[in-house]
Amino acid sequence: MPESSLVRHLHSSSPECRTSPVRHFSRSLLPQHRNSSMLSTFCTEHNVQDCLSHISQEISSLGFPPVWAVSASPSELSVVAVLNCMYELIQLHRRNIQTLENMEMEQLKSSSEVDFLQLTSTRLKEQLELSRRENAGLLERERQLQLKVKSLQTCLKNEKEEVQKLQNIIASRASQYNHEMKRKEREFNKLKERMNQLLVDKKEKKQAIDVLNSIGRADGKRSLWKTGKTEAKHEGEMYKTLLSDYDTRQRELVLENAELRKVLQQMKKDMVSILSSRKPTLKGDKHKDDCIQADSEEEVFNSSKESVELYCVHAREKLTTSIRLQWRRLKSHVERLDSQASLAQRETRKEEMDRLMLDLQQCKDFIQTQEQLLQQQLSSPCDEETASLLSDCYMLQEKERLREEWGTLEEQRKIFERERKTFTDAAIRLSHERKAFEEDRATWLKHQFLNLSPFADSKTSQMSKSKSSFLISVEPEASAASAPEKLIRSDLDFHTHRSVPLTTQSAGELYPTPCLIPENSLTKPKREAAHVDESSIFCNGNIPAQHKLWKNSEDHCSHSLKREKNSSI
Amino acid sequence: MNFSELFKQSNQLCKVSPDGKYLATCVQYRLVIRDVSTLQILQLYTCLDQITHMEWASDSLFILCAMYKRGLVQVWSLEQPDWHCKIDEGSIGLVSSRWSPDGRHILNTTEFHLRITVWSLCTKAVSYIKYPKACQKGTDFSRDGCYMALAERRDCKDYVSVFVCDDWHLLRHFETETQDLAGLEWSPNGCVLAVWDSCLEYKVLLYSLDGRLLSTYSAYEWSLGVKSVTWSPSSQFLAIGSYDEKVRILNHITWKKIAQFDHPATINNAKAVVYKEVERRTAVGSDDLSLHNITIGTTLFNTQSKYEICPLPVQIPVVKPDPDRANPKIGVSTLAFSSDSRYLATKNDNMASVVWIWDMQKMNLEAVLEQTSAVRCFQWDPRRPRLALCTANTKLYLWSPAGCVSVQVPTEGGFQVQSLSWHGSGDSLILLGKEQLCLCFMDTDQEDKSHAGTEDLRAAL
Repeated sequence: MPESSLVRHLHSSSPECRTSPVRHFSRSLLPQHRNSSMLSTFCTEHNVQDCLSHISQEISSLGFPPVWAVSASPSELSVVAVLNCMYELIQLHRRNIQTLENMEMEQLKSSSEVDFLQLTSTRLKEQLELSRRENAGLLERERQLQLKVKSLQTCLKNEKEEVQKLQNIIASRASQYNHEMKRKEREFNKLKERMNQLLVDKKEKKQAIDVLNSIGRADGKRSLWKTGKTEAKHEGEMYKTLLSDYDTRQRELVLENAELRKVLQQMKKDMVSILSSRKPTLKGDKHKDDCIQADSEEEVFNSSKESVELYCVHAREKLTTSIRLQWRRLKSHVERLDSQASLAQRETRKEEMDRLMLDLQQCKDFIQTQEQLLQQQLSSPCDEETASLLSDCYMLQEKERLREEWGTLEEQRKIFERERKTFTDAAIRLSHERKAFEEDRATWLKHQFLNLSPFADSKTSQMSKSKSSFLISVEPEASAASAPEKLIRSDLDFHTHRSVPLTTQSAGELYPTPCLIPENSLTKPKREAAHVDESSIFCNGNIPAQHKLWKNSEDHCSHSLKREKNSSI
Repeated sequence: MNFSELFKQSNQLCKVSPDGKYLATCVQYRLVIRDVSTLQILQLYTCLDQITHMEWASDSLFILCAMYKRGLVQVWSLEQPDWHCKIDEGSIGLVSSRWSPDGRHILNTTEFHLRITVWSLCTKAVSYIKYPKACQKGTDFSRDGCYMALAERRDCKDYVSVFVCDDWHLLRHFETETQDLAGLEWSPNGCVLAVWDSCLEYKVLLYSLDGRLLSTYSAYEWSLGVKSVTWSPSSQFLAIGSYDEKVRILNHITWKKIAQFDHPATINNAKAVVYKEVERRTAVGSDDLSLHNITIGTTLFNTQSKYEICPLPVQIPVVKPDPDRANPKIGVSTLAFSSDSRYLATKNDNMASVVWIWDMQKMNLEAVLEQTSAVRCFQWDPRRPRLALCTANTKLYLWSPAGCVSVQVPTEGGFQVQSLSWHGSGDSLILLGKEQLCLCFMDTDQEDKSHAGTEDLRAAL
């Protein structure tokens, strides 16, 4: 189908590319139509032929089947084709309108989108401009800072130069000052000399000592003449004092050294004892070389022990080296111990931590339970916690027990229910049978009565008919009942009348219709039968009746369905 | 603690004889000799003019009184009151006069440091020593009195001359490596001579008695250097206070620095105890217990003061020195070792109201005494580790390792303690005011100790 393909094409094509041709198409169509309607001169009675041909041409050009053949007369215009065509056209038109609307919507959307995009673009442009400006500002700042740095660097250089210059100035001034000072001092000295000279030359009498009588020396000795001997003596004394000073100092040092040596020896002893105590363990894992080395070291220790008392250089060297060695060992040992201790400590700490964490958790749980209990206690009217707990327990037990009882009761109830059902069934059956029996009796009585009358035959046939119909309707139910029940029923039939009302009462509640039957008047058996018929119909369900109804209205239905089908097509 | 009544004195000339028996006081042109224990006047000498300097001879037999303006020195004998001796330096002038250690010679320094005249009282002989240098401490006698070191200046170079005091024989004469020698000091054992340069250069030189240079020490360059130098009594340490507010301790074996004591404005050394003097005016009636053993009542207008232990850190008042003026008031100017060399007391000039006490065994700050006014003078007890100080007010302050105490001097007329000096036995203390003096007798040892203990408690409270 060409037009359908076109339509499909139009539909399948994307809205963007679809918009322009459709719009064009619709625009081109609309004015034409308007023109034709307004002028209303497109088709007159005179130019029907032309119009037809034109339209058929147009239609065929649009891809529809031709509505009119040129050879055919105008009266032979196939109405169905025209209508179909028109229908198609209308459909097409509608679809076009639909698409147009869609297009317009799309356009609106896109235009709004365009607006939005334009807005965003302008905003972004502004942002760009702003950031550009910022960038320019930052660049400017950087440039300024660089300039500043440069200026500061030059400043620094200048300052450094200045400092250098000032230092030079200070140095030159200091030298100048020193020179001046020296000059002045020399002048001063010259003056002093001159003054001394003058004083000496003047032989001033004023400078004198006036003592009543000279006193003896403090030490009681007489003063001695200055000779070479005295000089030597002074020198000797000086050296003596110096020597004595050095002597005392040396003695002090010797004392100190002795003390230190004692301490050292003590320390060494301790060290050796400590190291030797752990030597065996070391020797176990060490190689032979190490053992030899250790032995040699031990020798050193032993020799150094004696050398403590000696004061020669070698002994001292040995002592210091041995001490150093031992010290190193001790240090490493102590370090190892430390590390071990720290490790052990860490482990113990970890364990402790875990333990404590556990404790904490437990305590938390405990607290939580306590809280819960407290809450319960507060909410419940019962004061005592234990009581509530106990009551809870009892309640639970009670509940359990009750539930069990409930279950048993339920079972019992079910059993009872079942029994009741069977009883009711039995009662129904009994009532039916009784009814049947009553009817039989009635018919029998009738028959007897009619037998006495002259037209008995015709009546009996009718009665039998009704009876048979009744029996048929009842039969399925009776057959559904089990064999033992039948036996019971037979028993019940001949039971005392006292027991029957009991069952019928209960059954009457459930099935009210059969209740009406017993002790009925014998005068209207027919009507009763009809009544029973109705009830049987109800009991069996109203499906056949409905079916009948459906069958009656089947024509209408089929008609309407047909119509529906047509409309849908 | 007992106080004597006030005595007159002038020029703060008041000295106890080296043997500790007599107290010599100068009042204008009179010299008064008193018995230290009874304070009775034993002798009274009259000089020719107002006495400007007075000094006991080492044997406590003679006493010299110098009148610098007149160029006169008068010597008095304690044993022979009639004996007299007068030395006239004439027109050459006199700037300093002192005994030689033997007590038989007097060394007079003439004006302009032209020369030192040595006068012998035994032989009336006079000898001259030329070219003495005018400096902070140009002469020093060794402790045993055998040698004298003298700084000299010849041909713009510094020299040191070592004389034998016995007969003024020049033992050694050597040039020192100093720009401008400022001072010299013998070690107490007399074997090492410390020589230091002027403040323009930080330089300390150590010379042996025989003139060998043992060591040179310089802590820094360029800025102002050494301000004060002190030997410990054991000759073991040499403490050098400098303009950078630090004290450096050199040892006597390697002559290297073994410790450095800073004087920070904020004390946060947990080991130090900071005692702060707190003044308060109280009525005489509600007198506190600190004066319980003082017999004489206090004056109405005196303020009470006590020490409080400050919780650390403590901010110490600091005075910024004027950088334009010479001899700026900054740096450690005073150093004093206790007699047992255990403690060192220092004073930093820009923290004038604070005395620092350092432990020389632990080499750290032991205590800080913050006074309400500037400290004028402090001196160690010659026998015990006990420091006495004064701040030119009516109180005497004492520190000992047990604690700190402030004592009101119970005198009338606003006696202000300007200076103080211990008696050689450490049993009494001479307090010098502007024109008066007062003796303070310490209690016996045990009482003193208990007293200090209570005072300490009080300070702690």
